[in-house]
Amino acid sequence: MSGRDSFLAGVRAIAPVLLGAAPFGLVAGAAAVEAELTVAQALGLSTVVFAGASQLAAIDLLGRDAPFVVVVGTALVINARLVMYSASIAPYLGRLSRARKALVAYLLTDQAYALSVTRFRREGASVWYYFGAAVPLWVVFVAATAVGAVGGAQLPPSLPLGFAVPLVFLAVLTPAVTDNASVTAAVVGGGVAVAGAALPLNLGLLGGALAGVAAGLLVDEAGDDSGGSGKPGDRDGGETA
Amino acid sequence: MTGVAWPAIVAIGVGTLLLRASFLYLYERIDLPPRGERALELVPAAVLSALVVPSLLAPEGAVTVVGNDRLVAGVAALVVAWTTENIFATLAVGFVVLLGLQYLV
Repeated sequence: MSGRDSFLAGVRAIAPVLLGAAPFGLVAGAAAVEAELTVAQALGLSTVVFAGASQLAAIDLLGRDAPFVVVVGTALVINARLVMYSASIAPYLGRLSRARKALVAYLLTDQAYALSVTRFRREGASVWYYFGAAVPLWVVFVAATAVGAVGGAQLPPSLPLGFAVPLVFLAVLTPAVTDNASVTAAVVGGGVAVAGAALPLNLGLLGGALAGVAAGLLVDEAGDDSGGSGKPGDRDGGETA
Repeated sequence: MTGVAWPAIVAIGVGTLLLRASFLYLYERIDLPPRGERALELVPAAVLSALVVPSLLAPEGAVTVVGNDRLVAGVAALVVAWTTENIFATLAVGFVVLLGLQYLV
């Protein structure tokens, strides 16, 4: 597949996700202005940081006059999950130039990661597919931030566009679940994330992901000892991150 | 407050870029043991599930089963995802079920 075809395949895959990214960008822009940041600062957050959940936390803290260290520390803890995404796609992107790696890094999001890692596993790595998914998301998110910062977020609250995002994650989750260890990783990851859903700093997500990976590794080891008779899905809970 | 805003934006941006770039640059310099490689293979299943399950089971922050339209729509979408592995079909069924529950039931 040519670079252009891969790029377009990435664009097609991300298209439904954009429905969810647009309202998120509107909120990021409107919330910044409501917290008495300037329009330029709202756009600065979406372009310099480009990580919505951490932006909303930073906006909230800046609006409450929190100290610099607290604002920055909170945002970076929320974004710690990006290290996992970086590690997870790194084996596929080893041969890229330093400059391209920098662009890959800058554009790395939950959504671009989710679509790309699934694609890379199935059809081999293509940085053009990644850019095809990541660039439109950036454009829509930044444009929506500008609209939200200037005009406020006025969406019909009953229109659940944001639901597109978990649905896409669901669609790419199922091909990632291939054996006992990955079933366990998914069950434990989801279970721990739900248990920690009320925790601050997105710690439920981070803890769930780490616990899921740890549980999957344990199943692997148990399988090696006993000839792979581990029953999938029966180790929910238990693990700690 | 606005005095802190720009330095904070730049610091968060630089820090976040370093988090994102970390293993993209480190991976080829470190010799990962097989267990580490295997851990990386398990990241997608664990992370995607940790992203999805709370948004279906606890959309408002607390676990809700009864009257949770998103859970019902999500389960329907999961069945479609599992059988078709098609993103568009998964989205279509998820949205149709969610909107149906919100507006018709």
